[in-house]
Amino acid sequence: MPNNYVPALLFALIALLIPLGTLLLFRLVRPSRPFAAKSLPYECGIDPVGGSRHRFSVRYFLIAILFVLFDVETLFLLPWAIQFKHLGMFGLGEMVVFLGMLILGYFWLVQNGALELE
Amino acid sequence: MADVSSIPVAVSGVHVETKGKHLLLNMGPQHPSTHGVLRLVLEIDGEVVVNATPDIGYLHTGIEKSCESKYYQQVVTLTDRIDYLCPLTNNLCYVLAVEKLIGMEVPRRAQWIRVLLNELSRISSHLVWLGTHALDIGAMSVFLYCFREREEILKIYEYVSGQRMMTSYFRIGGVALEPPLGMLDRVRAFLKTFPDKIAEYETLLTHNPIWLGRTQNVGYLSAADCLAWGVTGPCLRAVGIPLDLRKTNPYSAYNEFDFDVPVRTEGDVYARYMVRIDEMKQSVRIVQQAVDGMPEGPFKASAEGIVLPDRDKMKSEMEALIYHFKIVTEGFKIPAGEAYQAIESPRGQMGYYIVSDGTSKPYRVHVRSASFGNLQALPRMVEGRLLADVVAIIGSIDIVLGEVDR
Amino acid sequence: MPNATFFLISLVKCGVVLFVLLTLVAYIQLAERKIVGRMQSRVGPTRVGPFGLLQPAADAIKFILKEDITPDSAHKFLYLLSPALSATLSMLAITVIPIGGGTVRLFGQNTPMQITDINVGLLFILGVTSLGVYGIVLAGWSSNSKYSLLGSLRGASQMVSYELALGLALIGPIILAGSLSLRHIVEAQQHYWFIVPQFLAFLIYLTAAFAETNRIPFDLPEAEGELGAGYHTEYSAMKFALFFLAEYINMITVSCVATLVFLGGWHGPVFGPALLRAILPLVWFVLKVCFFLFLYIWVRGTLPRFRYDQLMAFGWKVLVPLALGNILVTSLIVGLLA
Repeated sequence: MPNNYVPALLFALIALLIPLGTLLLFRLVRPSRPFAAKSLPYECGIDPVGGSRHRFSVRYFLIAILFVLFDVETLFLLPWAIQFKHLGMFGLGEMVVFLGMLILGYFWLVQNGALELE
Repeated sequence: MADVSSIPVAVSGVHVETKGKHLLLNMGPQHPSTHGVLRLVLEIDGEVVVNATPDIGYLHTGIEKSCESKYYQQVVTLTDRIDYLCPLTNNLCYVLAVEKLIGMEVPRRAQWIRVLLNELSRISSHLVWLGTHALDIGAMSVFLYCFREREEILKIYEYVSGQRMMTSYFRIGGVALEPPLGMLDRVRAFLKTFPDKIAEYETLLTHNPIWLGRTQNVGYLSAADCLAWGVTGPCLRAVGIPLDLRKTNPYSAYNEFDFDVPVRTEGDVYARYMVRIDEMKQSVRIVQQAVDGMPEGPFKASAEGIVLPDRDKMKSEMEALIYHFKIVTEGFKIPAGEAYQAIESPRGQMGYYIVSDGTSKPYRVHVRSASFGNLQALPRMVEGRLLADVVAIIGSIDIVLGEVDR
Repeated sequence: MPNATFFLISLVKCGVVLFVLLTLVAYIQLAERKIVGRMQSRVGPTRVGPFGLLQPAADAIKFILKEDITPDSAHKFLYLLSPALSATLSMLAITVIPIGGGTVRLFGQNTPMQITDINVGLLFILGVTSLGVYGIVLAGWSSNSKYSLLGSLRGASQMVSYELALGLALIGPIILAGSLSLRHIVEAQQHYWFIVPQFLAFLIYLTAAFAETNRIPFDLPEAEGELGAGYHTEYSAMKFALFFLAEYINMITVSCVATLVFLGGWHGPVFGPALLRAILPLVWFVLKVCFFLFLYIWVRGTLPRFRYDQLMAFGWKVLVPLALGNILVTSLIVGLLA
């Protein structure tokens, strides 16, 4: 039913225009008096040392990778969940195998300390 | 530090030994959780603090130096400003040191009033600590509850001395004025409600799993470290050393009071929290005893030329008027010598060291502040911990930057 | 086929939804300040208008008139884009939320009480809210401030971790309803609410929803005690207001989803004359959503904040296994009963 998506698109357009519109429109009424000290990023009142574009811990990246892995699996669960009542025991068996592998992988991760922060 | 891998970096006035190429982050002086203007230069790897370098002095006001240009009795007003969360404790420590130098006996009633107000200021100081500590960890309501009760104590201060914070109520030889008539009733009214309020804070925190998770096994400091770094007060009692100057070296009238020294053995943030909570309960006990057994008698010693004479005497006796004039205009001379007096402030051991050269102004006043000693141990506690723990640990050592920088 | 009337109807509905949404955000915010104030023995805002009711308007004017500061070292375009992105994406999720079971008559046509009813509504919400993390990451990175960066790193890893638990918690009810359309899910709860068979999933969802919206006790990306203001440290004026807006709209979205999926949506006792019968479902729906919003405020007045590692451990080691277990048990029971 692509018709149903037309209002969604319309709303998306409005939702995009409102924030951008307010940001641009109110530029007319608000003051702008920047000076060097005001335009520094906040670092507790001290001039920042070096930029913040710095290498950061790989842990954050690992979390992102894990998320991608598991979220894709969640995506597979959705169509199965909708059709579950029609699939009956066959669907259940399939999913137990699928979930089993997922859970196995999960325990492997825990075992290897992928979820430890330090 | 003979660490080969460390790279010295100058960071806006601080010399920092970095341990590799990590992000350098300034925490403070303008930061919500550094309790004033403490500055820490943190070297962080992700969320983990690799190295911490404290930088103090942002609240340096030169109070110790200023003391040298004031008459002995005028210095009292400066001591209020050192640790502004318990001004009366500073007053007490200073006047005790001067009285020691002179060798003066203070009437029992004055001693009891001092103990009473000093314990109230311990409670009010611990309330500020609890509120801000909880706020740092995200428990916003506790902060407002604590300040609500602290307000009651400030009202008592105001009633007694005319000032909410900079009380300057204790004087050399006693206290400034006869306490107003209703004071004890007001203190009684406070004592009646306050234990329930402590229970209220504890309901929100003591058994809260999130609170326990944030405070237990965080910021551990061993007993040996505490002694090596000069950590005193609740932080020291949280590692199992029951050192409390009120018990070990009683001053004022503390030997006449019955109270316990709360001690924990874990040495972490939670232990310090529990010690302070228990101390508030003990302070309530002491205040209760002081209210119940307040002795009669004069509120200040009669020492001609040192303690101001009574107002009515000034109106009938020539000598009294002259002494009053002389004390106010040219102070009083103290024989050359030196004295050190230590007391148990809410933060730990507070000491005033006074040197007299025989004039009416101190030659040197040095303050041994508990916060300074406790702050020294901070890098040891935060290294290897997470950024969020730094906030919890700073809160747990209960520093007052006015006292650190002086 | 889409025709002029259809567009007109859609436009009117968009307008109504937006108006209601923005007003609601303004007044939730006021309610939060009032309620938290009462909890903390304060009174909250009282000065602007009767009982402080015009406070949101005053705030809006202030946001409009304040200077908008952009740090020199910031990436100008992304710095501007990220608050707009946050606000837009948060609003998008509202598109598919139905607020009543029936239809309303507009311009001579019957139309459902939601902007549009698509058959993968829940998936749409999950997808759009996942995108919300971009606003936070880009804001932190583009500010070029260390506190912002730390906040956004925290935000990103927290939101993706709890996203997972959130998605997994919703599988149980989907199995029971057999549909991703929110309307169908509510209709499937005619006889009993899904909170009864799916209580565990409800708790997991609720916890994850708090984390998804960065509210206490999971407000680490903006932990003011640690990071100043986290990812929006550098933002001021209208740009800050947009982040603020996004946070509250997200709260409304997750509360609506919780109501629809677990609390039977607009189901509730319906009685009385025809007009009351027509209005009551809407009242039930709004009451249930308000219950969740109150819960948010209540928790804020009560709990301290988690630490980053505890938060991660809780998400990955408690919520995810529990949610997986819940799916297994649910499917086993449903499969055996069928």
